[in-house]
Formats: sequence, structure tokens, C-alpha cells
Amino acid sequence: MATTTLRTSPEVCGMGHSMKRKEDPRFIRGQGHYVDDIKLPGMLHMDIVRSPYAHAKILAIHTEKALAIPGVLAVITGETLKTYGLHWMPTLMSDTQMVLPVEKVMYQSQEVAAVIATDRYTAADGVDAVEVEYEPLPVVVDPRKALEPGAPVLRTDKEGKTDNHIWHWETGDRAATEKAFAEAEVKVKQDIYIPRIHVASIETCGCVADFNKTDTHLTVYMTTQAPHAIRTVIALVAGHVGLSEEKIRVVSPDLGGGFGGKVPVYPGYVIAIAASVVIGKPIKWVEDRMENLQADSFARDYHMTAELAAKKDGTMTALRITTLADHGYADAAANPSKYPAGLFSICTGSYDIKTAFTEMDAAYTNKPPGGVAYRCSFRVTEAVHAIERVTDVLAQELKMDPAELRFKNFIPADKFPYKSALGWEYDSGNYKAALEKAMAGVGYAELRKEQAEKRAKGELMGIGICSFTEIVGAGPSREFDILGIKMFDSAEIRIHPTGKAIARFGTKSQGQGHETTYAQIVAEELGIPAAHIQVEEGDTDTAPYGLGTYASRSTPTAGAAAAVAARKIRDKAKKIAAYLLEVSEDDLVWEVGKFSVKGAPQKSKTIQELAFAAYTNHPPGMEAGLEAVDYYDPPNLTFPFGSYICVVDIDRGTGEVKVRRFLAIDDCGNIINPMIVDGQIHGGLSMGLAPALFEEISYDENGNNSAGSFMDYLVPTAMETPSWETGKTVTPCPHHPLGAKGVGESATVGAPPAIVNAVVDALSHLGVRHIEIPMTPEKVWNILKEKGVAE
Amino acid sequence: MAQHQIKVKINGTDHKAEVESRLLLVHLLRETLSMTGTHIGCDTTHCGACTVLLDGVPVKSCTVLAVQADGREVKTVEGLEQDGKLHAIQNGFHQEHGLQCGFCTPGMMITSSALLASNPDPSEAQIRQAISGNLCRCTGYVNIIKSVQHAAAALRQPAEAVAK
Amino acid sequence: MIPASFDYHSPQTLEEALTFLQSHSDDAKVLSGGQSLLPLLKLRLGSAGHLVDIGRIPGLEYIKEEGGVLKIGGRTRESALEHSELIQTKYPLLAQTAAVIADPLVRNMATVGGNLAHGDPANDHPATMLALRAEVVATGPGGTRTIPIDQFFLGLFSTALAADEILTEIRIPVPPAHSGGSYVKLERKVGDFATAASAVQLTLGAGGEVAKVGIGLTNAGSTPLRAADAEQYLTGKQPSADVIAEAARRASAIATPSADRRGAIEYKRQMARVLTGRALKAAIDWAKEH
Repeated sequence: MATTTLRTSPEVCGMGHSMKRKEDPRFIRGQGHYVDDIKLPGMLHMDIVRSPYAHAKILAIHTEKALAIPGVLAVITGETLKTYGLHWMPTLMSDTQMVLPVEKVMYQSQEVAAVIATDRYTAADGVDAVEVEYEPLPVVVDPRKALEPGAPVLRTDKEGKTDNHIWHWETGDRAATEKAFAEAEVKVKQDIYIPRIHVASIETCGCVADFNKTDTHLTVYMTTQAPHAIRTVIALVAGHVGLSEEKIRVVSPDLGGGFGGKVPVYPGYVIAIAASVVIGKPIKWVEDRMENLQADSFARDYHMTAELAAKKDGTMTALRITTLADHGYADAAANPSKYPAGLFSICTGSYDIKTAFTEMDAAYTNKPPGGVAYRCSFRVTEAVHAIERVTDVLAQELKMDPAELRFKNFIPADKFPYKSALGWEYDSGNYKAALEKAMAGVGYAELRKEQAEKRAKGELMGIGICSFTEIVGAGPSREFDILGIKMFDSAEIRIHPTGKAIARFGTKSQGQGHETTYAQIVAEELGIPAAHIQVEEGDTDTAPYGLGTYASRSTPTAGAAAAVAARKIRDKAKKIAAYLLEVSEDDLVWEVGKFSVKGAPQKSKTIQELAFAAYTNHPPGMEAGLEAVDYYDPPNLTFPFGSYICVVDIDRGTGEVKVRRFLAIDDCGNIINPMIVDGQIHGGLSMGLAPALFEEISYDENGNNSAGSFMDYLVPTAMETPSWETGKTVTPCPHHPLGAKGVGESATVGAPPAIVNAVVDALSHLGVRHIEIPMTPEKVWNILKEKGVAE
Repeated sequence: MAQHQIKVKINGTDHKAEVESRLLLVHLLRETLSMTGTHIGCDTTHCGACTVLLDGVPVKSCTVLAVQADGREVKTVEGLEQDGKLHAIQNGFHQEHGLQCGFCTPGMMITSSALLASNPDPSEAQIRQAISGNLCRCTGYVNIIKSVQHAAAALRQPAEAVAK
Repeated sequence: MIPASFDYHSPQTLEEALTFLQSHSDDAKVLSGGQSLLPLLKLRLGSAGHLVDIGRIPGLEYIKEEGGVLKIGGRTRESALEHSELIQTKYPLLAQTAAVIADPLVRNMATVGGNLAHGDPANDHPATMLALRAEVVATGPGGTRTIPIDQFFLGLFSTALAADEILTEIRIPVPPAHSGGSYVKLERKVGDFATAASAVQLTLGAGGEVAKVGIGLTNAGSTPLRAADAEQYLTGKQPSADVIAEAARRASAIATPSADRRGAIEYKRQMARVLTGRALKAAIDWAKEH
């Protein structure tokens, strides 16, 4: 269990240094540059008319009153877009979704028409003045009902579609799993529902679309985590109206948080682009919070049944999970193409389970589309929730301590690389070490003693464990693509004559601190101070092509590309050094920032000297310059892991759950910037706490969104959030050039089951086995009342 | 609808503008005066991204009319830095990694600066309470609290903090 | 979110404001702190042709004791109440209420008068003022009148204030020795309205019995509710655990909350009981110590 070694001085600030962030100076001065800060000459504003109904036929759209308002220039409807063939668009999952409807709306708050006006106040007045006649249609909000025979068929646009079933997916050995369950000494089964939630980044989504009619260039400033992919999507979707990829520039400026919510292509973007092309002026569209919560991509909405088979001694023998996934009216999840259920098949978790099977069906309902937008690593959150919950259910069944059960079943550290029953090759892990460290950190034995004492007094206290395994860094090109584009990522590094550098990437930071960590990677590899490495991302005209930042993939892919590109530069620098020092390359050794001659360390050339020589005195026959590009195709995914322990107290009067302590021990391999990694864990934990206790978007039978503003969508404040404690173990990734793994989502994946396990643990002596999230005071109180312990 | 001639002192400079009755203070800053450091995050007085000081008191500028600020003083994030020197709260956020995406940061810093002006040595609980009208989605608040504590220490003992 | 157009007026005197309200009573709204009104207008859930901002009228913000009465100016900010030394030391119920209204930034704008005049049973001050047996001073074109708090709340978003009246002062009897109060609120998170909340103000007699008590419930019906039966039951009794429990039960019996995302009716009613019990205990503790 080594820690990351520091190889560079604080001046160079390579890996392992808690370098203060290079992006901070602009943000702390209010000089960040977000989409809504952009103001272009002649810019118009767009606002959107949205449906009050979850399912309705559109009979008529009356725009006259809106158009009569001074300053309202146009009202765009589905019929307008239809003339350009732009009223429908493909989703990333090979489904289709509407840009603007011509026939019917499919969910509440769906876009119905767009008003273009001279300013946002007038645009809002215009929206108010558009009158739409609807004929309500039967609404389907429950995916179970959606799949019942006779349910209204929602996607009548799809010829021959006779039901609301989208796809069936399965993996593992069904027969062997059935046999293992038939022969099992102990079996447990738990239904688990993970409700809809929303990322609610504090910046909502929006864009400024700027089409220049003269040179037919389109520039789109856009809240997107994947600008390059967006450019290609625009070219594919709107190529027929003359938008050609070389004339499309997508710029993702500073993003006020993303968490997956800024991966999808929302209709608003497309309408703004279409409006700019038609009108020939820049169009700004920025959604408000209610639009954001009611219409943007959601996450979760998985109805799972998880089953574990085991021996009496606790050895797990088989896992089976059956899931019904509610995708809303279109499958617009941003998953890799071959993975309709994302990486859910990581569901065997940290345990050496020999036999497993999982299957899933997806259904259409009258809700907004989406699926993976909430820091979830492509459905890993759901998988971890299932395995970590059902593990505790098994512990309860066996009357075993949940820690003991975990230790008994962990994949041993010496069995890596480990092939899981569902086909993944786990690269590395040391689960026992992480859990031991977490237990020591919280004083597990003392907590159990305190719990026993409290129980004797009638007080409710619980301790919850989650030992998760993440799977991030998509991904190897043989398996991973989005719309056919392989999921590599890229770095392009240029060293300037004075030994300073610019590095550009295909990813896009939303707060993760790429400008700092990528600079540290290059500093680590080349010895150029990180302070002198300018990092740029997000402008498709300048940055190399990449798939973007989501699913904790930046360090595993673009971070690796940075290391490999830097090494290519070092290789060339070595040739220049050999030439300048008049020795063979084999006689040179690299130490941070310079090549020196073996046995004659006084004879050396620094990277700065070599950079200068690359432009002023390069060897004959060699190209001038010192730069490199790498498109990194990872050989495998990375498998970060951790053990979290949560301690809760429950108010017997109100049902309120108070997280007293939460210790997160994470292992993300070698760490580039410990300060930033801790910040990612803190944020991830908070986005695990939120759905565990507070956040939920539910719908009534008419498809009305029940949490459409921050009044009811309960993003925790500093008062509800505990003081997170963190710790690390370091198990380097064997295949990543820096030994690093992704980390951005680990805590969001790991925290919810730890919290649920703690609350259930507090009530386990009363026979409670499971509680659905969010564990609201009312939900907990109802259990207290049922069990006769409410105050 | 009626227009109003207003005069607002923003970060020490007088600004005159002709505004519609319904213009929100946040839009006066962002749209009329192009001071975009103050952000909009929720529109319903929940998130605090739009926090500014109005006569020294932190308020949510999306729920104040621009005309209400007529004749009064407004301080925004752009006014924290004085004479090229960062405010201690700005330095605190930088030193303690109190920001990630930066979107809530201006509001957080404005609220925190007002707290420190009235309470030079706040406890963690007092800091948590003071910033409970400002939402952050990135940091989990841990480092924001450290940032405020860092700034508090620096304001109490500037020399010591510099040495640190 | 953008409000529909309206005209804004900023009278410099109370008379000017009242004159304007009189001539536009069907289409004007008083803008005090604006923390309820402006969100409603932005959501376009409400509209007004005219907003009359009372923010520039002098003499509407004060907290003072005079002639055995605590007088709070109608436009007094919640934060002023929250941080007032007088309130913190002598009026724990008011201090505790002010500290849990919305969030600290909202409280810097929001006013005590506005919180009452909005007539929202989910607001926190209405129940508190019931418990304190406050009086509301309304100033209209004909002068001022005093409205006992029990006659002030008429229905959901409806009060005894006339359209051309402004709530200018709240009057609360200065509590005698051995008095205490407490506000206990259950909220889903900071900034939320109460799932349930209970306001208690009481005075203990020489023998430790409850000499006088006021109990108000927040968000437990279409108006804030006075738990009269519980008050009556408690009066004259030694506040034993059993007596407190029974009083809390009687208080909750009058609650007629509606179900929403905060909870079902039964849960909210039970919370009114639990929170009233806690508020009574805290108020008694305070009274014993002061």
C-alpha cells in the first residue's frame, strides 16, 4: 500500500503535489466565462413554450398575439423545422426524439414552440402570449404499466410499434445461475427502486448559436461536456441544410458544473442553431431552473430485484439482478453504443462471485428522456446500490456482521487481474486494505459497542458499510464507441522555444481542474514547471478530437494521452540531446527536466535547452519543432474502489436521519493532485447524500412533475451536509501510463448504499431489511410507527 | 410601462441607467452593465448564485428589483479585489480549494465576506449557517468552510497568514 | 424567469403610499421585503399592475419596548429580529422563529410585516404571533387600527388587512418574569416551508404551574392555528411529562394539514404533536432559567 511518490520539486509540481488550481484566478475575480456571459453584436434571445400536459395531441398553435408584441421577431414551431427536416433528431442510443413536435407532446414541459425576441424579457412575454390548443391523451408514467398488454402505445411515430418495450439486454450465465440458486444453502431477494433524480448543476444549460450567412460558418457556444462529438452530431443531423463539419465550431466555455447533464443534445440547442441559420443572427438560449429540472436529462429510474445465493458460512455463490428501466419517451441515455444498460454488469462488485446473471428491459413512458446524467459512471451507481444493499440483506439473514461478510467474499488482492463472472477484467484492487483502513478510521468496534448501549436505551443509531468497485475510463476501442466514434481521448502538446508549453485536450473540465492536473502530468513527464504549461480544452477549432469529459474518463484517457504525448516529446528531445552532447542516445539518462550523459552528469541538457535547440539548432535530417499528439486507446477500463463507513442517528420523534460521521477511503491508483482528488470525493459524497436522503423527481398519475423547482427538488445546503472525512489507499493501475484511475464519480457511486445500510442497520433489530431512497423523515417515521418505536 | 432613471453605486463607481420597473437587479448587473461575475442559478431565491451586497448586506439579486437599488450601494464579486490586492476571502478560496466549477463561488464569497465583516472568528457551525442560502453542487462545502476559516485567520492576523 | 410588466412606485411617506393604494386598490400590491411577492411575480403565478415599495418610507423599522409592549416596525427585517440582543435575551420564541425563516440571505430582505401580511399559513411568524398574543397595527387612509392576532388571519392568503392598508407595527405584551418560549420547526432542508412547526409562549406561576400559555401551529391548516384546547388544558397545571404529552396531543388534534411532498396528513399531524411537546419542554426550561 504505497503512497504516490513525489518525483518532482514543488517548482516543477508534477504528480502528487497539491498544486493550487491554475483556473482559480479568473473564477475568484468573477471573470469566469460561462455561456450566459457571452454577448454578441445583434444577438437575439430565445425562450421556449412548454407543454403543461404529459401526453397530448397538439391541435393548434396560435402565434399572432406573441408576434404582435414589439420586439418579438419570430415564433418557431415543429412545422417550421419540418420544412428543413429538423423536427426530429437521433439520440445517442439509436433512438429518435423530437426537436419540436408537429403532432403530439410526450412529456410535461416538452418544448412546443420557441420565441425569438430582442431581449429575454420580451421573449418571456412572447412565450406567455403563444396559445396552444391541446387534446389530452392517456398518460403512462409507470414502466410496469407501460409494458402491460393494452397499454397505450406511446411511440406511434414508429411504424409497426405495438408496445412500449424498447429493448431487452442480458449478460451472464442464466442456466448456471438458476442452478446455483436451486442448490443454494441460503438465498436472499430484495426489490430496490432507485428513483429519478437530476444533476441540477448550479449553471443550467444553454447556448449561443451564431451562424454567419456570408461565410456559412456556424459557431455554437454551448454548455457541453463533449464539444467534438457535438460538432459531428450537428454535421450529421444538419448536413443536409448546408452545415458542413469544417464550418462548424463548437466552443464549450467555462461550465458551471456538468455531472453528465451537459452531455446530451437538448432540443433547445438545435432550435437555437436552426433559428440562427434561418435568421442569420446570433441566438442565445439559456434555460431557467424549472426548465432544467423538468425537461433535461434525468438519471436512474431503475426498478431492480437483486438476489444473492450463498453458503451458510457466508460465501456468496451466485448473483442475479432483474431490472426494469424507465427511459421516458425516448432512449436518449448517453451510454456507449454497445452498452444500452451502461456498465451495469459491474454488479458483482468487490466480491468473488463465481456465477451471475443480469437482465434488463427498458420501457417508454410519458416522461422526459435521459438516463445516465448524475455522476453515475454509466449506471454503476445502480449496480453498486444493488450489490451493496443485497450484501447487507444477506448479512442480516445470516446474522453476520456486514464487515465480516464482506471480508469473507472480497476478491483477494493476489487474484488480480481478476475476471468477473459477468466478463470484466478487474485490473487491480485491494479491497481488504481499504475496508480495514475505514474500520480503523471510524473505530468500528467501539461504534458497535456504542450502538448496543444506545439500543438498550431505545435510541436508534446505525453503522453502514459500502465496499464498492467502480469501472471507469471508457474505453477500449474494440468495445466502446458513441455513434460509432471510438472512445479514445487525445492530447496535443507543443513546446515553445523558451521551454514553455501549450497542451490541448479532447476533454472538457466542468470544475474538475483539468487546467491544473493536465499541466501536472506534462510537468511530471517533461520537467517543465506546471505553471508554464497552458492547458486548453473545449474549442473544436483548436483542440484535438476527443469524446469529452463524463463517466470519470478524463484521467484514464486524456490524462494517459498527455503522458504518452509527453513521452513522444521526450523521445525527440533525447535525439536532440544526443546530437548536442555528441553522444549516442543509449548513453543518456533522463532525470526530471534534463538528459545527462551516463557517468558524466555534468554533461547535460535541460528540457528548456533542448526545446530551444528544436527551433534553432535541430539535428540535420530532423524536422524542427517539439510537439506531439496522442490519441490514447486504453487497453482496459480502470477499476477504482473504496470502502465507506457511515454513522447515523435517527430522531424517533420526526424520523429525521442525521449523518453523524462519514469516512470515505478511496483508492484511485496513483494520484496526480491530492487536493483536487479530495475535492472530487467531497463533491461526490454530497451527490451521494442528496439522493439518499433528499432528492427525487416523481410524477403523479397525470405525468405532472412533482419537483420542478428548487422548492421541492431538495439540493442539500451546508446545514444538511456532514463534514466529510476522507482517506486513501493507493493501488496503482497496471495499464495506465501513470498508474492512475478515474475518481470523479467514486463517491457518488459509493455513498448512497453506505447511508442506506446505516439507516437499515439502525433499525435492523426491529426486522427492517430495506428502505428505498430518498429516506425522507416521513418514510423513516412510517417505519418507526409500524415497528412501534415512534416517539 | 414606466421607465425609471436610477443611480446605483456599484463597487464604488456611480452608474446611471434607465430601467423598466420589472428589471431585476441581477439583470441590471449582467445585461445592462455587463458585469457577469454575479450569476443566476435558480430564479426562485434558493441557490444564492446571484448574491450581492446591498448597502453592505448580502441579498439575492434575482429577487430584488433594480429600481429598489436606486440611490444605494451594491458590491459584487468584481469589487472584492481592492487596488490589485485580492480580498482575504478570494485568497482563502484559492488556497483551500473552495471552488471547482466556480459558478456558485461569487455568491459564496460575497456571503462569506459579509459574515467575516460582522463575525471575525466564526465557528464551523456559524459558517455553515451563514452560507446555507448558497448552494454548491461541487465541493460538498468542506473546503468552502476551510476557505472561510482561512480568510478569517488572515483578516485577524494578516502577517501570520502571509507567513503560512 | 421574468415577471410580467408592472409599474413601480416608491412613495417617500406613508401618506403618499396610502393615497396611492386607495386609488389603485384593485391592482396594487405592497412591496416590503419582496421575498414572497417577487418569486410569485417571476413565476407569473400572480400579477400586479402596480407595486408600491414601502422601502423608502422612514420609521417603519424598529424593535423597542414601550409601556409594557414590544413594538416591532412592520418593515423590520427578519435578520434584525434574529440578531437583536433584546429579542435574543427576552423573546426566545421570536429569535428562534426568525432564525429558521427561509435562509439567511432571504432574511436580510424579508420583513416581519410581510411575513404576516402575506397570509400564508406556511410562513413562520403567524403561529408565533398567535402564541405571543400579538396585535397587528394597520394603517389606512382613515388612520390606524389595532387588530388582535386572532382576528387577523381569515383564510389562505387572506387577512383582515384592507387593500388600502399597510401593516405598520406588531405589538407584543412584554412577558413577565418566569416566561419562556420556543419555536420548533421540522423542515426538509434550509429554505423550506415547515413540514410542521409549533410555537409556544408561556409563563410559569410561583408554584411552577403553567400560569399562561399560547400555542400556535404552522402549516397545519388553511390559516395558522391556535391550539386553544391545549392551552386551556395546560393552564394551571404542573407541566409533568404526562401533562406535556397530553397537551401536545390536544394541540395536534386541531391540525388539519394537507398532504404534499413534505408528508401525508397523519404524519404532519403527528409532527405537530411531537414538535409541540418539544417546544413546550424548551419553553418551560427557558422560563425556569429566566
